[in-house]
Amino acid sequence: MPSRVEFREDRCKGCLLCTEVCPTGIIQQSSRFNQKGYKVVEITAEMMSECKGCAFCAMMCPDFVINVFKSESEKGGAA
Amino acid sequence: MSQPDRIFIKGNEAIARGALAAGAKCFFGYPITPQNDIPEFMSQAIVDAGGQFVQAESEVAAANMLLGAAACGIRSLTSSSSPGISLKQEALSYMAGSEVPGVIVNVSRGGPGLGDIGPSQADYFQSVKGGGHGDYKLLVLAPGTVQEAYDLTIKAFDLAFKYRNPVMILADAIIGQMKEPVVPWTPEHRDPNEGRTWGLVGAKDRAPRLVKSLFLEDGALAGQNLKLQAKYKRMQSEVDQELFLTDDAELIVVAFGSIGRIVKSTVRKLRAQGKKVGLVRPITLFPFPADVLLGLAKQGKRFITIEHNMGQMVEDVRLAIRTVADSDFYAQLPGTLPTPDDFEEPILKALEG
Amino acid sequence: MTQELRVTNYPQVLTDRPTHYCPGCHHGTAHRLVAEALTDLGLVENTILVGSIGCSVFIYNYLSLDAIESPHGRAPAVATGIKRARPDKIVFTYQGDGDLASIGMAEIMHCANRGENITTIFVNNTVYGMTGGQMAPTTLVGQKTTTSPSGRSQEDTGSAIRMTEIIASLGGVAYAERVAVNTIKNIKKAQKAVRKAFEYQVKGLGFSFVEVLATCPTNWHMTPLAANKRIETEMIPYFPLGTYKDVLAKEEK
Repeated sequence: MPSRVEFREDRCKGCLLCTEVCPTGIIQQSSRFNQKGYKVVEITAEMMSECKGCAFCAMMCPDFVINVFKSESEKGGAA
Repeated sequence: MSQPDRIFIKGNEAIARGALAAGAKCFFGYPITPQNDIPEFMSQAIVDAGGQFVQAESEVAAANMLLGAAACGIRSLTSSSSPGISLKQEALSYMAGSEVPGVIVNVSRGGPGLGDIGPSQADYFQSVKGGGHGDYKLLVLAPGTVQEAYDLTIKAFDLAFKYRNPVMILADAIIGQMKEPVVPWTPEHRDPNEGRTWGLVGAKDRAPRLVKSLFLEDGALAGQNLKLQAKYKRMQSEVDQELFLTDDAELIVVAFGSIGRIVKSTVRKLRAQGKKVGLVRPITLFPFPADVLLGLAKQGKRFITIEHNMGQMVEDVRLAIRTVADSDFYAQLPGTLPTPDDFEEPILKALEG
Repeated sequence: MTQELRVTNYPQVLTDRPTHYCPGCHHGTAHRLVAEALTDLGLVENTILVGSIGCSVFIYNYLSLDAIESPHGRAPAVATGIKRARPDKIVFTYQGDGDLASIGMAEIMHCANRGENITTIFVNNTVYGMTGGQMAPTTLVGQKTTTSPSGRSQEDTGSAIRMTEIIASLGGVAYAERVAVNTIKNIKKAQKAVRKAFEYQVKGLGFSFVEVLATCPTNWHMTPLAANKRIETEMIPYFPLGTYKDVLAKEEK
């Protein structure tokens, strides 16, 4: 798995701003509601492999919901 | 720096010099008569003393600058006169609510509205009863001489930091504009760590500090108000007054500030005629010397309150002695300049009444 | 062997606490920009935050800084007092458009004009948010609010005030920039602007000002996505982004 995104679902307010800035368009609204009643976003397991680790979603999120992880071997590109 | 034994200065300058002697480092002001000597003096003197002078864009801004500087634990003051003090009430309420110490000088003038630029004591209510919104108290000190203006300004800073509360110097155009000899002095002991435990300096190696007056959580505002009231109760120990020939007096004149001092001359004159009159001059208006007045009332003495307004402190005098006595009232009308002779007739009338 | 690295790195000064802001509100983003700038420049422990009245009144819950709450509109005066009392501290105000451009107009103008060496982060969302979406001095002509239900009328109420342009015209101002946080490109520019504003304060150059165009989806009665689009389609055309004053850029020319 080259890159991975974690959503702190309890913090998500379902604004969907992250969905529009994702260059691969893999973030979508889930069918789940969090405790506050917001319909949270998700990247499904099969979509996650397309994540490029750009972290635009995290940069856009006003609620610090998102953490993005990259594996080190990916960092060097071709290496 | 060596100090001359005696200097001959205006009350306004005495207040400014007193603030410098107390270690004030920031002055924020705005022009208004009859206090202009204070910012004019400070614009040079506080800078020379290594401090800061700002002529603010408004009284509102000046008072809020005081809020900011004082929240850092730095001795600071603002000065103004009645209409300007009205504008400062917003910040005073915030300072009281968030427990920030600072000194506010009111060289009061006649009102209501633009009134005049002459002396008046019509800011008693504004100073003593809150003035701004919410349940709060300022410590209020009322000098009766130029020397006392100097001394009380020094005391004001000590009290402000002792209680973390705004302190008002309530003078008037008479005290502010009158020249008298003053013996300047500098207090010897000052806590070098004053304000260090609560002032804003940046959250280094500790949790952040927050200076605020907003308390939204359940019960929090009630708690803050109870805490403030307990503090105001503790302040009662600071009560101070001048008693002049009260022991054998049949009639007590209650008067504060400049009027208290003028009445003192009247009392002297009447004593020379064998009239048994005395004077109580409250020096602290909050806390008010209610117990002293009640004690005198219990001795069977009668009272007249004389003020340079239409009747404000008299309410507190009556409240203090209400269980045993009452007080007459004489209004020195705003826009007039009284002499000791002006008070003879009303005092004699009360004595004979 | 591959080791996983975290790309996102939220500054410690940003408290790990859910904000009270509505979904899609840009305040959180603006808070983060301030947190990042203070952290990158190593200023956190030396900074005093001056909050204001409006939705961001609770900013002290989200930024772990010594802070004071100022009366409505008075933050620049309070900040002046703080900076004069503690000239070695970094001092900034965080104000909304009702606070800064209406009730606090005198304070911000004179603070800027005196060249107080402080920074102001001005979040402009064209409405009074906390009190229920009333018309602000920055409300666009035609925009419906709870006190301009038929849309702001230019004849009766004038037009939206462009603060950055006004601030840039004042003598004591070192830096004035308008940014937005509606796109990644704009957020990156905003990051640089906020950082620069604090850098200028560190250098003692005078007053620095960053206006952040922001959404208020709730009071605009829009979805967060539609509100975010409005920044591009309605706000930026009227409030153009860019640098309006930069004393160092001038010197370089």
